[in-house]
Amino acid sequence: MTFWKRFSSNRGAVIGLILLIAVILIALLAPVIYPGGPWKMVQRPFLVPFTTDGFPLGTDTLGRDVTAGLVHGARVSLLVGLVSTLMALLIGVPLGALAGFYGGYVDEGAMRFTEFFQTIPNFALAIVLVAILQPTLGSITLAIAIVSWPPVARLVRAEVMSLKRREFVEAAHLAGLSNMRILVSEVLPNAVSPIIVMASLMVATAILLESSLSFLGLGDPNIMSWGYMIGAARTVIRSAWWLSFFPGVAILITVLALNLIGEGLNDAFNPHLRKGRT
Amino acid sequence: MSLISTILGRLVKAVITLLAIAVLNFFLIHAAPGDPAAVLAGEAGAADPLFIEQLRARFGLDQPFHIQLWTYVKNVMMLDLGYSFRQGAPVIELIADRLPATLLLTLSAFVISLSLGIALGVAAAARVGRVSDSLLTTLALLFYATPLYWAALMAVLVFSVQLGWLPGFGYETVGSGYSGLARAWDILQHLILPAMTLGLFFMAVYMRMTRASMLEVSQMDFVKTARAKGLSGPVIRRRHILRNALLPVVTLAGLQAGQLIGGAVLTETVFAWPGIGRLMFESLGARDYNTILGVFLVSAAMVILFNILTDIVYRIVDPRIGAKT
Amino acid sequence: MSNAILSIHDLTIDLPRGADRPHAVEDVSFDLNTGEILCVVGESGSGKSMTANALMGLLPDGVTVGKGRAMFDGADVLTLSEVKKQAMRGARIGMIFQEPMTALNPLMRIGEQIAEVFEAHKLHTRAERRARALALVKEVGLPDPEKIVRAYPFQLSGGQRQRAMIAMALALEPEILIADEPTTALDVTTQAQILRLILALRDDRGMAVMFITHDFGVVAEIADRVIVMRHGLIVEAGMAQQVLESPQHDYTRALLDAIPTGKVPELAAVHAPPALEIRNLNKIYRTGGGLFRTGREVRAVNDVTLTIAKGEVVGLVGESGSGKSTLGRAVVRLVTPDSGQVLVGGVDLAALDTAELRKQRHRVQMVFQDPYASLNPRHRVLRSLSDGPIAKGVPKAQANARARELLDIVGLGADAATRFPHEFSGGQRQRIGIARALAMDPELIIADEAVSALDVSIQAQVLELLAELRRKMGLSILFITHDLRVAAQVCDRIAVMQHGRLVEVGAVRDVFHSPKETYTRELLAAVPGAKWAVDTAVTKQGAPA
Repeated sequence: MTFWKRFSSNRGAVIGLILLIAVILIALLAPVIYPGGPWKMVQRPFLVPFTTDGFPLGTDTLGRDVTAGLVHGARVSLLVGLVSTLMALLIGVPLGALAGFYGGYVDEGAMRFTEFFQTIPNFALAIVLVAILQPTLGSITLAIAIVSWPPVARLVRAEVMSLKRREFVEAAHLAGLSNMRILVSEVLPNAVSPIIVMASLMVATAILLESSLSFLGLGDPNIMSWGYMIGAARTVIRSAWWLSFFPGVAILITVLALNLIGEGLNDAFNPHLRKGRT
Repeated sequence: MSLISTILGRLVKAVITLLAIAVLNFFLIHAAPGDPAAVLAGEAGAADPLFIEQLRARFGLDQPFHIQLWTYVKNVMMLDLGYSFRQGAPVIELIADRLPATLLLTLSAFVISLSLGIALGVAAAARVGRVSDSLLTTLALLFYATPLYWAALMAVLVFSVQLGWLPGFGYETVGSGYSGLARAWDILQHLILPAMTLGLFFMAVYMRMTRASMLEVSQMDFVKTARAKGLSGPVIRRRHILRNALLPVVTLAGLQAGQLIGGAVLTETVFAWPGIGRLMFESLGARDYNTILGVFLVSAAMVILFNILTDIVYRIVDPRIGAKT
Repeated sequence: MSNAILSIHDLTIDLPRGADRPHAVEDVSFDLNTGEILCVVGESGSGKSMTANALMGLLPDGVTVGKGRAMFDGADVLTLSEVKKQAMRGARIGMIFQEPMTALNPLMRIGEQIAEVFEAHKLHTRAERRARALALVKEVGLPDPEKIVRAYPFQLSGGQRQRAMIAMALALEPEILIADEPTTALDVTTQAQILRLILALRDDRGMAVMFITHDFGVVAEIADRVIVMRHGLIVEAGMAQQVLESPQHDYTRALLDAIPTGKVPELAAVHAPPALEIRNLNKIYRTGGGLFRTGREVRAVNDVTLTIAKGEVVGLVGESGSGKSTLGRAVVRLVTPDSGQVLVGGVDLAALDTAELRKQRHRVQMVFQDPYASLNPRHRVLRSLSDGPIAKGVPKAQANARARELLDIVGLGADAATRFPHEFSGGQRQRIGIARALAMDPELIIADEAVSALDVSIQAQVLELLAELRRKMGLSILFITHDLRVAAQVCDRIAVMQHGRLVEVGAVRDVFHSPKETYTRELLAAVPGAKWAVDTAVTKQGAPA
């Protein structure tokens, strides 16, 4: 069976993929759908959802369109999720690969460093980093990357450690290939699938982290995000439930989609490990 | 290695880690935009240059860099986490004041999530492939994707605002004058919603892990041996599968301790729970860096302590650890 | 037969949809008699284990009994209710498995795991169970029983674990013992002990044993009767002696022929310059150690000196842990020795630094054990073969042409070059591994258990290929194996290794027929079917070629 066939035989994964594509499309088309941006006050405040044409999800405390906020918020979520994950991979993959491949003191040092970052409560560290560096899109992305890389390093290290003892890697040594070449062309390509699976789940976690920071008021003040929308509506939850409800659903759907895709990828990469599904 | 020497080793490592976090804190203060003295003073002192000057002298900020670092780390090690000018009290006192509430919340959430997660995971694994299994796994998937603070808000909306079953705000009824058992009951009622919402995400994590682990272990050879002995299904599940399946769950639970603390910041913010998480949130708005960093350090210390505890539990559960190498 | 305790009629086991064939076994019928040892022999995939699992009601998910009966004590065990099956398992039919490491619960003490059998069948009080577990541990010959019952599986050796498994299976004195390849994972001397134990227990208790194995040596050692299975069918059945001496079915004959026998090749002594000289080589492994304690030392290779002449094949034999693999790896510098010299073509590989070593790597190449791990799954075969020569400086076109040529030589055809490893079977992959080693034009090849992971019939083909290549190309080979029969078949000289030392080195004939060292004698005596093999060797040699 081809990879795609295995992936698409998982119903959840296909649903996840469709949902994610929808969110990506919305994010890309946001300036087209709502060219006026999410900040403009367009109606009276506290407009209840499904009551006024053109404002299906109502308006917020300042009369801004909730739908416009959601559509534009998708951009931040996806962007931060993707970029911070890429940054985390850039830190974690080389570190874990070198630690696993060379072992000894390199490993010892790299793993102490990783352990240190893993011991620190990661959300608390993200809060501290963003608070100190001042909340901007860049600092938020950086902070999320800094707290997200340790699991990558550990995964890659474990994969590399097991792969480097495989006989084909030993054969490559005997063939006289250089260590770097063996690591890059023999070992790492065989570790790609678990990294991809982890990365898709990390994007989901990063989106949750970003929204949590924004919820606490640590979002970029110039950019509309789902977490900010919920945070701003927190105090009016009793009178205007929809202001917190819809952005939450948007986060839930996006994160769920990514998790489903991650699971689907995992199953598709490891057809022998599939269990409990018929 | 004996248990005692393991604990000793872990304690040494814990102290080193804490020292490293103190150093990290120090660099963070200097990384913040503006004068470190102003950073330490927070908003409160920003207006008064004379006051800043006093601070500079007091924290040795006029000294060379390495001496500043030494002073800072030494202070932290002596539990002097600085002074919150915003709250008008030493940070350590503020934290000590708030810590019990956070411990109560996080430990309750931990117990709830772990016990429910394991129970549901076992149940799902036992019914693998059936409707009830799909239902449980789907629920877990949903909880796993739900933003913690949003779940908290929705819980307030439903159970407190709409249904009026439980209080959605605070630690106890203010001015009620309850004492003894009545007070405990009151606090318990206030605890339910925050602890449940904080535990929800982790319950999903543990459930998925338990289910996967149970299914994996049930394929192992020794389970076949147990069946060949003529043991009954429930005994095999409990004695052979579950015990082995719990090992990775314990490991994960240890690793998740840090996230529980992080989640407490969000939960305490929503429920106005007077713990260190809420303290951190309040300090964010006030740019009270001393307090923020203090809470950060203390929460890291809690996580380290918790990790040592899980290590000990793990050694008790698994005879191979400690004897092998 | 009148004394049949178990009668199987027309047993068919269905495999799940999508498997490579519809039935694991088809229309299998046989009897198991009281007090006999019945060996069920076959290669992997023959359905022999499935048959055993079906009897125990332990078939994997998705695999089901299609039809047939298995009559035991007046009832069909295949259709018993789960409750009755439970009552039967352990009490009336006991079972032991191949991997004693994974077949025991790692978190429970040995004593608890044995006592559990009584508990499962609601027998005895706690104290009695403990006492009986202790008695069983003694009966299966485990040393220091008091300590063993309190030990965890990881604290026992492989053989000890298998004894513990046997104690468990025999706790309730079952009438039938099913043994599923119980000695395959064990060293020869341990295997011999376990086989003796099973024989003795059978004699004491008069139980019937269904013994599943792929090894005709084991059959010769213990079987009363034999059933040979292939692709889910019984191809031959009969008394052990009869099957071994005059096999009726072609497949049985092929299997028997494929077994490396005790036949000792007469090869002229080689008087050529050495291809490899190992001088006083040492490798010590230090394990454990840390902040609060000192580590343990294992002398994996202890002052080893050995020479291999050009064109010579030297067998390095020994049990697991003897250091033979470490020695092989030290020669190719996958392991860096602590001291000593490894001279190949005048170069001391042991003394080279990393950069210099890389240039000299091509002198010694290795054929690995696991055909599934020895090729990069992401590279086409061509790349696996030509990467090395290209790195050595051979022009790409030339390296590729040579790779195709070699694939042809090892019998796969040049077309194999453009395919991926997963498209090949285990035996074919091993051929690719040999071609890869040859591609570097090495002066010496180390074959590390190169045929151990293969079924006997495939094993024979690969050994034949090696012999042929050796004739054609004059290869020098250090052939590492735990299997003395294989070593006898392909080697000129044998080096016996124990605890990191070479205890005996000599021509195959001398080592096999007049071993000087006690350990060599023990090792030879432990080879399953040793006597039978020598006998057949004599008859084979006597027969006209």
